This record gives sequence, C-alpha cells and structure tokens, in this order.
Amino acid sequence: MRYVLKKVLMMALTLVVVSVCVFLAFHIIPGDPATRLLGTQGTPAQVEALREQMGLNDPLYQQYFRWFTSLLHGDLGTSYVYSQPVASMLASKIPITFSLAMMSFVFMILISIPLGIYTARHENGMADRIIMTVNQIIMAIPPFFSGILITYFFGMILHLFTPGGFVSYDTSAGGFFAYLIFPAIAIALPKAAMATKLLRGSVVDEAAKDYTRTAYSRGNTVNGVLYRHVLKNAMIPVITFIGMALADMVAGSIVIEQVFGIPGISRILLTSISNRDYPVVEAIIMGIAMLVILINFLVDVIYRIIDPRISD
Amino acid sequence: MAAQDTEAARRMNLRKVSERKKFMGKYHNAYMTAGCIITGIILLMVLVGIFFTPYDPTQMDASAKLQGISLKHIMGTDHMGRDVFSRVLYGSRVTLIIATGTVAIGAGIGTLIGALTGFYGGIFDEIMMRIIDALFAFPSVLLALVFVSLFSTGTYEVMIALGIAFIPSFARIVRSEFLRCRNMDYVESARIQGASDLRIIFMHIMPNVRGVLLSSILIGFNNAVLAEAGLSYLGIGSQPPYASLGKMLSDAQQYMFSAPAYVLGPGIVIILMVLGFSFLGEGVRKVQG
Amino acid sequence: MSEKILTVSDLQIEFHDHQLPETVVYDFNLEVEKGEIVGIVGESGSGKSMSALAIAGLLSRHSMTKSGQIMYDGQNLLTCDRKVLRSYQGKQIAMIFQEPMTSLNPVKRIGWQVEESLRIHMPQMSGQERRQKAVSMLETVGLHEPQKVYEMYPHELSGGMRQRVMIAAAMIADPEILIADEPTTALDVTVQAQIVELLRRINREKGTSIIFISHDLSLVRQLCSRVIVMQNGRIVETGAAGEVFAHPQQEYTRRLIAAIPGVDLSVPRGSRQKEMQKHV
Repeated sequence: MRYVLKKVLMMALTLVVVSVCVFLAFHIIPGDPATRLLGTQGTPAQVEALREQMGLNDPLYQQYFRWFTSLLHGDLGTSYVYSQPVASMLASKIPITFSLAMMSFVFMILISIPLGIYTARHENGMADRIIMTVNQIIMAIPPFFSGILITYFFGMILHLFTPGGFVSYDTSAGGFFAYLIFPAIAIALPKAAMATKLLRGSVVDEAAKDYTRTAYSRGNTVNGVLYRHVLKNAMIPVITFIGMALADMVAGSIVIEQVFGIPGISRILLTSISNRDYPVVEAIIMGIAMLVILINFLVDVIYRIIDPRISD
Repeated sequence: MAAQDTEAARRMNLRKVSERKKFMGKYHNAYMTAGCIITGIILLMVLVGIFFTPYDPTQMDASAKLQGISLKHIMGTDHMGRDVFSRVLYGSRVTLIIATGTVAIGAGIGTLIGALTGFYGGIFDEIMMRIIDALFAFPSVLLALVFVSLFSTGTYEVMIALGIAFIPSFARIVRSEFLRCRNMDYVESARIQGASDLRIIFMHIMPNVRGVLLSSILIGFNNAVLAEAGLSYLGIGSQPPYASLGKMLSDAQQYMFSAPAYVLGPGIVIILMVLGFSFLGEGVRKVQG
Repeated sequence: MSEKILTVSDLQIEFHDHQLPETVVYDFNLEVEKGEIVGIVGESGSGKSMSALAIAGLLSRHSMTKSGQIMYDGQNLLTCDRKVLRSYQGKQIAMIFQEPMTSLNPVKRIGWQVEESLRIHMPQMSGQERRQKAVSMLETVGLHEPQKVYEMYPHELSGGMRQRVMIAAAMIADPEILIADEPTTALDVTVQAQIVELLRRINREKGTSIIFISHDLSLVRQLCSRVIVMQNGRIVETGAAGEVFAHPQQEYTRRLIAAIPGVDLSVPRGSRQKEMQKHV
C-alpha cells in the first residue's frame, strides 16, 4: 500500500511537471492569443479588452492555475480556428484512436507471448532460427511502410478491405472494427517482434536458473516448469516493454491513421499544427502525456504485484 | 557460487569460447558482419551521393512520369518524372544527418545528466529524474510534432526535437550504470588517491560505461531513422522540392496502383538503414556478452 | 538395516558438445540401504554432484550420455520412461541443493513451493489438507511461526531458513531417499550445524535414507555411516565412515582428512565417534 501511495505521489508530481512544461510551451512561445483570435482586424483597444477578459494580464502562475483546474474539469479551451470548444471537437475522434491503439495492443500480446514462449522452448531449433531472423527484419520495417504494403496487397490486390473506406462506429460497429484490423496489424508488427525477442530471451535466461532444477526435482514436467515457474519470472522485464509499447502505439497510431485514412486524432492534430491552432494541439499533447503517465503508473503497480522483491 | 556439478560444464564452455576466439576472432559474429556490410553500403551510397547522383534529384521531366524500374532509372521515376534513386540518395543523406544530430544531442546531454544524477544522487537526482520522467511521457514523434508546431518545420527543428526526445532513455541507462559503479572498489581507491569527482566520473567510471553506451547509441540511430522517416511521412522535416524518404513514400502511396515500384526504393532503403544499425547494436551486445 | 533400495552400478557420465566429449564420472557404484546416510566427498569437480544429479534424474538427456544403471524400485532411472521417472521425483526421491538463495522461485510464496510435490503427486488431496501438511512440515524443520512463513516470499527469509524451507518441500511427500547436494556450503557455521542436526533428526524419525554430498569431511564424519571418496570423476575409496576416517587406504583420502581444519577442535572426537559406531 505504501508503495502504491508513493507511486501515486510520483505520478502526480510528474503530471505537474508535464503540465507546467506544456503550459509554458504553449502560452509563452507562440505569442499573444488575443491578437491571434481577433486576427488582423482587431484594434489595440479590442485586443486589450480581450486580453483582460481572457485573464492574460494576470500573473503567469494564476493563469497556469486557472488553466490546470479547468483542464481537470474537462474544459480544454476554445479552438482559434473553429471557435468551438476543443473538448467537443475531440470527443468523436478519441474513441477511434483509442480503439486503434487498443486493438494494436491486443494483437501485439496475442502474437508475441505465444511466439516468445514457442521460440524459447525450441531454442536454436530450425523454427526458432527462422522466426528470429524474420523477427529481426520485421523490427526494421517502419509501421507506415508495412501499412503501405498491407494496403497494396490486402487492399488493392486481395480486396480484403477497401483502402480509404473507413466506416464510422456510429454507422456500423462491425465495419468500424473490421476496418481497423489491418492498421492495427501494421502498428502491432514491429512491437510484437520486439516483445517476442525480449520474452524469448527472458524465458531462456530464467529457464537456466537454479529454481527450475528444484522444480524438476519435484516431478514437474517441462510444461509445468515453464508455465508454473518460469513464465511469471520471465514476464517481469517484458512488462516494462509492454507498457512502453502501449504508449508508443498511441503515438504510432497518429502516423498510421494517415496511411489508412482514418479520421482519428491524427488528422485533427496535423491540421491544427499547420493552422497553428494551439489550444487543440495543447489539449491533444496534454492528453497523450497524461495517458502515458497513467500507463507508467499501472506498469509500476503490476510490477509490484508480480515481483514481491520490490519493496517500499 | 554455482553448484559444483557445473564445474565440468564450465570448463567445457571456457574451452569452447577460447576455440571460437581462435578460429574467428573475438569481434566476429554474424550480426556484426551483416550490420557492418549493410551500414557500409548505405554509408558508401550516401557519401558518393554527395558528389554524384545519376540525375539532379529535383529536376522534373514531364515525359518520364512514374516509370518502372529500368536501367536508366534503377528505382524508377516519381510523379514529376524525377529519378527516384537520385532522390533516395539525397533523402538518405538528410535522414542520416538528422539521425546523427539526434543521437549526438540525446546521447551527449543524456549521458551528462545520467552521470551526474547517478554519481551524486540526492535531491538533485530526484528533481532531475522527475523532469526526465515528464519528458519520457511524450513519445518522440509527438514531441517533435509539438516542437515543429511551435517553431517551424525544418531539418534542424526535427533534429533538436528528436534529440530532446532521446535524452531520457540515455539518461536512464547511464544513471543506472553509474549507480552500479559509484560504490565499486576502483572508485573508492581513486577517491583515496585524491581524485576529484569530475576525474572519477570521466576518467574512472565512464570507460566502464562505454560498452553499454555504444550499444545504446546504435539502437538510438535505429530509432532516430524510424522516427525521422515517420515524421517526414507526415510532411515534417525537409520541405519540397528537396527529397526525404518518408515524403517520397507518402507521395508514392497515392500512385501505388499505377506505379507500385515507386514505394519500393525509399521503403527498402529505410529498412536497410534500420536493419544495419539494429544488427550492429545486436552484434555489439553479443560481443559484450 | 539391510534392505537395498537404490543400486547404482557402473555409472558413467559423458558431456558431449560439438568438439570433444568429456567424461566427468567413471564407473560410479553405490548402494543405498533403507534408513542409512551415505556420504560422498571430494573436491570441486570430482563428479560427486554430477552423480547425485544423475540419481535424481536431473541431468539433461540431450547434452550428455550416460551409461550404467541406476536401479530403483525395479526400474533403471537412466532409461525408464520419463513419466515413470517423474512419478518418483519429489515423491520417492527428493533433492535439496547447495544454493538455498537461488533454488527457490523468487516470485512464489513459500507455502506454494513447499506444497508443490503434493499438488503434483497427490492431486486428489484438498487445498486445505495440503496447507495443513505444509504448515506442520515447516514446523517440523524448525521454522517458528510456520503459518506466517507459509505466506512469505523467499527473499524475506535468511539463508538458513530457506534451506529449512527446501528441506520441508523435499520431505513433504515423505520420500524414501533424500539427496542433499552440499546443503550447508552456502551457510555460515552455526547454521551448518543446525541443518546437519535437522537432517540427522529426519533420518532418525522418518527413516529416510540420505545421500549427503559435501566437500567438508568433518560434516560427513558427523553425519554419515558410510563414505564414498571421489577424485576426478572416480571413486577412490569407499567404506564405513569410521573405518575410512581412522585408516584411510588412499593417499588422496589421507590428504583430505589432513586438510580438515581443526578436526579435533570442531568435533569432540570421542562422543561423535561413539555415535558413529552406533550407526555403522
């Protein structure tokens, strides 16, 4: 319990540091938002009035505090370009990107854990060598390139899906998830390859440890030793990677959404960047950073559950 | 330490290793060889590309759009009739320069932070680690996007942004190595001999961290190439008419049905670059045992 | 005391990898009677642990060849079906190891590990029964507050306590033979004596035969009725413990005995020898 409390505290601290960085970056560097909102037509008096109204004349720390509390209340500000609340702009996009990232995550787990165990069990066998070589190559293929190849082969040649034919989840949940399968595979492939390699190495290392001999001496079968003894130990280093991979997948889905023409967070982020629509960019960045921090916290907690040696 | 039953096995292993050394040399392994060959070819291509490309990478030719692979254009031509191979040579150079800058920034600052925090510990370490954690919360592509949105989308912005994004991983690796080393006997003895902290950090501990750092740097290259390619695919980085590998791929994607060959050139070069660095990294790790 | 329960004859163990095969045990012969304690002594690499691992069925069948016979319960453990071998492991033949620190699984609770042999060999037993048995076993091996230890993880225990846990786990299914491979080497001296005492008590109370492997002759002398001396993979001398220690026939054995530091200090000879005579 003390451990979790400590980690919660650390998480809160990191969150504050992140929010200060994001606040400073988006409120200092881009210049005056009042001028930007009014455009070139605004008179100096109008600008000044708006500045006062937006609280831009208050001390910086007050502005930060106001921004941060409204952020916690779900108020993400107003888009410069569309003059809409950012929250409502993002609301329909978040489920898309989230589904894509989660689907990739599930694929990564489903591919890497069986494959890692299989290759470790057949270490240096023919299948192991072939899988590990293919693995090494897959790790080197950037997801957007495998995405392009998948679009070509599975979309254009085999017609397993219609490239660019995204179906919204309002229209058809089935069609929505079906369309996400191939993009999710593109995101998952290199991560699954890395996780496979890591898990294989970890299982091989653990299988050579003394406690496996003890387990065999009690009449365990190879499977008994593997699943009841080795696997839990072997997962410890893999958990960190899986957590990091999940965070990466959220960022990875931004690129992949472009490849497959999925109208998720990506499109809105990229257009907002080119439009200099800072409140939108800021909200997305802050959201992803919070998500990553939360994932890291969960990894720490899972770690603690699996490995009793971690104290505090 | 280990049970006596493995005494013979250990003797056996020692012999195996020493024989292997005799036959193949210490630094030889398949990953190392493959990594050196692939990276060597890429570097050679890029170096030659500085002085000579078959065509001007930006010269358009309306009569030769989207041609397939031929002797005249070994990777075909693009939608504006430009020679893809020449553009790939140029683009790989940009990618390598960005990767080098990224790793230099990330490894340089990261190592410094890691060394100081690991060596001194205490409150300074705590504060630094919170900042590193915060930085770590931004996936590198995302951090680059923020940077670009705040400044402008140029080669240097991408380099600096990715460089900053790479600091945390180097800092963490070096910090944990320093934590491990700072109480070792050789550090104690150096201290007794009156060596200053800086001397201990850079002359005594750093050489022991070198191996770990080298493989992290190679993996850093690997990741930087991937990140740069992803960003330039999104249109961030060097701007048209200048070539970048990712941008070429995003252009090629639109003509994929009429000219499928166009995607292959830039795609394969990216893969080879990443593969070369990852094999080298793996090779170094194997040598270090 | 005459029923032979284990007979090892002409055991030879040979490692083979790609280059050169290497023989680590030659012509190893051993008979174990019901309820006796046999000691195997020798320096590191003498092949004593290899032989023990072979008897426990823990040597890989791929990376080494073994010839000879290990007869137990009418089966040759070297060639019998693995299923048969597994049915003996943990139930009839149990083993404890040199490194109590690393021989326990770090992420599993003590109770779970102690009960494992029961789970494997007596699946019909209820969880509650198993727990009861494990707790009483932990108490038998001299752990205080066994209920608490049951819920603990290995890293929370000292080396001596972990070796007691190992013994509890090995003894839980009431095996006929306990193989103890340097069980005290990693422990400090006072704890060593306690573990040796515990093994002696188990032998006395449960009638378990013990194969005690050690490089420490003074321990073997305290505990064992019969001794086998090994050097470079061969048995160089064998006989009743008192006899071997009193009149070593081989130069090597004499040197080993001479090398025991402070023989007479650590072991009050008179009392110990009398006790040993009883066992012989």
